[in-house]
Amino acid sequence: MRNEAVILGAAFGYLALLFVIAAWGDRRASQGRSLIGSPTVYALSIAVYCTAWTFYGSVGRVTTQGASFLLIYLGPTLAMLSAPFILRKMVRIAADQRLTSIADFISARYGKSRMLGALVALIALVGITPYIALQLKAITLSHAVLVSYPNPIELQLAEERFWVDKSFWVALVLAVFIILFGTRHLDASERHEGMVAAIAFESLVKLVAFLAVGVFTVFMLFNGLGDLFAQAGDDPRLRQALDLSAVEGGALGWSGLLLLAFLAFLTLPRQFQVLVVENVDERHLTRASWLFPLYLLAINLFVIPIALAGMLLMEGGDPDSFVLTLPLSAGLEGLPLLVFIGGLSAATGMVIVETIALSTMVSNQLVMPLLLRSPRLGLESRGELRGWLLGIRRVAIVLILLLGYLYHALLGDAYSLVTIGLVSFAAAAQFAPALLLGLYWRGANRRGAIIGLLLGFVAWAYTLLLPGFAQSGWLPSSFIDQGPWGLAWLRPYALLGLEGWDIYTHSLFWSLGLNLAALVGFSLFGRQSRLEQTQAALFTGALRRDAMPASLWQGQTSRGELRDLLTRYLGAKVATRVLEGGRDDQPAPPALIARTERALAGALGSASARVLINSVVRGEALDLEAVLRILDTTSQTLEYNRRLKQKSEELARIGEELRAANERLRELDRLKDEFVAMVSHELRTPLTSIRAFAEILRDGKDLPDAKREQFLEVVVQESQRLSRLIEEILDLARLESGRLTLNPQRLDLAVLARHGLAAVERLQAERGVTLESAIEVEEAWVVGDPDRLAQVIINLLDNAGKFADDDRPRVRLTLSRHKAHYRLAVEDNGPGIAEDERERVFEKFHQIKQQQGGKRRHRPKGSGLGLPISRGIVAHLGGRLWVEPAPTLGGASLIMELPAAPESGEGEEGTGEG
Amino acid sequence: MREPDKRPRHQERLLALLLLALALFSPPLVIIADRSLPSGLSALPLYLLLVWALVIGLAAWLLEGTPREGDKE
Repeated sequence: MRNEAVILGAAFGYLALLFVIAAWGDRRASQGRSLIGSPTVYALSIAVYCTAWTFYGSVGRVTTQGASFLLIYLGPTLAMLSAPFILRKMVRIAADQRLTSIADFISARYGKSRMLGALVALIALVGITPYIALQLKAITLSHAVLVSYPNPIELQLAEERFWVDKSFWVALVLAVFIILFGTRHLDASERHEGMVAAIAFESLVKLVAFLAVGVFTVFMLFNGLGDLFAQAGDDPRLRQALDLSAVEGGALGWSGLLLLAFLAFLTLPRQFQVLVVENVDERHLTRASWLFPLYLLAINLFVIPIALAGMLLMEGGDPDSFVLTLPLSAGLEGLPLLVFIGGLSAATGMVIVETIALSTMVSNQLVMPLLLRSPRLGLESRGELRGWLLGIRRVAIVLILLLGYLYHALLGDAYSLVTIGLVSFAAAAQFAPALLLGLYWRGANRRGAIIGLLLGFVAWAYTLLLPGFAQSGWLPSSFIDQGPWGLAWLRPYALLGLEGWDIYTHSLFWSLGLNLAALVGFSLFGRQSRLEQTQAALFTGALRRDAMPASLWQGQTSRGELRDLLTRYLGAKVATRVLEGGRDDQPAPPALIARTERALAGALGSASARVLINSVVRGEALDLEAVLRILDTTSQTLEYNRRLKQKSEELARIGEELRAANERLRELDRLKDEFVAMVSHELRTPLTSIRAFAEILRDGKDLPDAKREQFLEVVVQESQRLSRLIEEILDLARLESGRLTLNPQRLDLAVLARHGLAAVERLQAERGVTLESAIEVEEAWVVGDPDRLAQVIINLLDNAGKFADDDRPRVRLTLSRHKAHYRLAVEDNGPGIAEDERERVFEKFHQIKQQQGGKRRHRPKGSGLGLPISRGIVAHLGGRLWVEPAPTLGGASLIMELPAAPESGEGEEGTGEG
Repeated sequence: MREPDKRPRHQERLLALLLLALALFSPPLVIIADRSLPSGLSALPLYLLLVWALVIGLAAWLLEGTPREGDKE
C-alpha cells in the first residue's frame, strides 16, 4: 500500500544521517572542539535507555498491566537521584583506573580477577543478546505493519529468507556503523565522541516522534484529554485498565519491578557505557540527574492516552503497534513514517551502544586473556598486536549482531516485546550485588562475587530464561505447569511452592537473594588476596581521596621494555605519548610503570594489563603491601586527625574550666587573708584598750577612786566585747565548717519575738530608741533552735537600733504569715542601705561606712559578724534572711523568713539539722 | 560549578529527596492513590506523573539552585 521504496529510502537515509553526525562528532573531537562536552548531550545519551521496547512496548504494557510501565522509568529516576552517592563514585573509579566496561569494573574491584571478568562478560552476553534481538524484531514488525496496513501482518520469520527481512540489513548497516565509530581507537576508555553525538541525536528523534503521535492522538483523534478520558471512562472494558489491580503481583509486584528497574539501570552494559565510560566530565552528572528523569517523564506523558485511544478505536489490534496503527488508521502518510523512524532510532541507538559495550567485554575479558595465555601469541615479539586487537573487537561486533539476529529469527513471535526486556533486566541485575556492595563494603571478596554471580545466574536462567524457552515451544509446556519430571516444587514460576508472585519479582527474589547471600557469606568467611585488598580500599575510598596513589612498583625494568610493550599493543604513537622521551636503557621509575599499566588497561582491560606488566617487570613486581599500607595510613591519618582535633577541643575546654577554678581559689585565698587580717584587727582593738587602762591603773597609784572605778568599768566592758567577738568568730567557724550544733524543735516564733523585744527593751530605751511591734499572728509555729533564733532576733533588733535615725531613732518589728512561711521583719528609720550594698552587709566584717560627723560614735560598734552568723543560722533552719527598704519607717528592713512547721506534732522531729 | 563535597548539607538534602521519591513511588502511598476519578478511571497514573514531576522539580531546584543561606556551615 505505502510505497516500499519511500520507506526503505527513509530508513536507510536516516542511518546515513547517523553516519554523517558521528563523523562530524569525531572530526570536531579531533579538532578539540568537542560536540558532547555538555551535560545536556550527556543526559540525552543516557536516554539510550529508552529502546524500541519503550517506544512500542510501553503502550502494549498499559493494555495488560496498567500503570506499571511507569516503574521501568521511576527506577532510573531513583538511580539518577542517587547519582551523587553511587554513579559519581563509579565514574571517578573508572576514570582513575581506566576501566572500560562493567565486566572490567567488577573484575578490577575483586583483584583484577580474570575469571570474574569473563563470568560477567558471559552473563551479559547470554542475558543481553535477546534484548538486541528484541530491537531487531521491533524494526521488522514496525516495517511490516507500515507496509501491509490495514491487512494483518503475515509474519513467519523462520520461513522467510533472511535477505527479505529488513532487520537483517539494518543489522548489517549497524555493524558497519559500530565498526567505524566504535572501534576507531583501540583505547576503549577513550570516548567514542561521534557515536555519543549520534546517540544523543537519536534520543531527540524518538522523543519528537513519540510526542508527535501523542499530540495527534489526543488532539486530532479526540478533542483533548478530557474527551479521551471521558470516552474511556464510559467503556466498561477500560474502566479497570489503570487500576493497581491490573498490575501483576499487586503491591509486591510493584515494588519488585521498581527495584528491578533501579538495579538494571545501573548494571545494564549499555547504561554503564554511556553513564560511566563515555562520561566526559564528572560534573555533568549534576545536570543529568534531573534532566534525564525529565526526558523520561516527557516520553511517557502520552503513553496512557495512546493506549486508551488504541483500545477504544483499534479493537483487536496488536497493542504493541498502536503507536503506528493509530495514525495509519486516520489515513495519514507522513506521521506513520516519522513514527517508524522514531522506533528505528530507539532500536538502533540501543543496538549500537549495547554492541560496543558487549564487544569490549568479549574482546577484553574473554578473548584477550586466552590469547595472552597461549604461548604462540602472548609475549613473543610479533610486531604490532594493535591490528589484532582491533580485529578481535570487530569480529566480536559482527558476531554479537549476528547472534542477536539469529535469536530474533529463531525465537520468533513467542515472546512479546516487554517480556524479553524484563528478562534481560533481571539478568543484568545479577551484577548489582557485586557492583554496589563492592563500592561500599571493603570486605566483599572475589570468591563471594564469583559464587554469587553463578548462583544468581543459574537461578535467573531457571526461573525466567528456561520458562521462556518452554513458552516458545523449545521445551515441553509441562515444564512450567508441572515442573521438570513432574516435581511440583521445582516449577520455575513457583519455586519451592512460592506462588502468587509475578514471575519477575519471583525470579528476582531467588536470584538476587542467592547472589547476595553467597557474596556476603563467602566474603565473611573467606580471605582476600593483597591485590584484592588494595583494589577494595581504592574502590570504597574513591570519593574521599583526591587522587589515587600511584601504584608502587619495586621491580626493575627499563624504559625500552615498556616501550616495546606499548608499541606492540597500542602502537608507536601511544608509546611515545605515554613514555615522554628519556633514553631506552634507563631504568623506568615506578610512576612510569603505573602509567604504562593504566594505558594498557584502557585498551585491554585491567586484568590483562597486569599480566603484561608482570611479564616485563623483574623481581617483586608490585609491592602491594606498601600500597595497602599507604591507603590504610591515609585513612588512619584522617582518623587520627579527627580524634586529635576532638582531643584538643576537649583540652581547651578543660583548660578554660581549670582557669576559672583557679580564679575562684585565688579569690577565696584573698578573702581568707582578709578575714585573718580583720579578725586580728578586731581582736587587737579591745585588747589594746584593756591593756592601756590596765597600765594606767597599775602606774597611777594616786588616781581618784571615781576615775579608777570608771577605768575598771571600761576594762570589763572591753573584755566582754572581746569574749563576745571570740564567741562570734567561733560560731562563724562552726557555721562555715558545718559543725554548728543546732537543736531544732517546734517553737512559736511569736513568743520568741516577744521575748526578744523584752530582752532588748531596756538597752534600747537607754539609747533612746523607740521600739514598736506589729505581731499580726497569734501563733507562728516554726521548727528551729530556740536559743539560736533568739540570738538572731536580738541581733537584728540590736543592729537596727544602731542604724536608726540619730535624732528620733525608731525600730519596728513585724511578724506576719506569708503563704507557707512566717516573716519576721525588723525595720529602722535610718538612712537605709543602698541597693548594691544590700548583699554585702552579709559579708564578714562588713561595716557600713559610718556617717561623718562622729555623732554615732557613742553607740557601740558591731563586730561585723552578727549578720553573717544570723544568715548562716537561718539558712541552716531552711529559711532566708535578706534586706529590703523598710515599708513603714523608710530605713532598711531585714527580713527573716522561716517555713511554717507542719500542723501536727510530727514536726517535733525537726529538720534533722546539726 | 561548585564542588559538592564542600556542602555537607547539600548531600543530606539530596539523600532526603531520594528517600522522599522512594516513599512516593512505593506501595503504601501508591495504594492510597489508586482510587477512581470522576471519569471512572484510576487516579494512579495521574498521581505518579504529578509526583514524578514534583520530584524532578525539586531535584532541579536543589542541583541547579544558587547557594543559599545554610548551604555552608
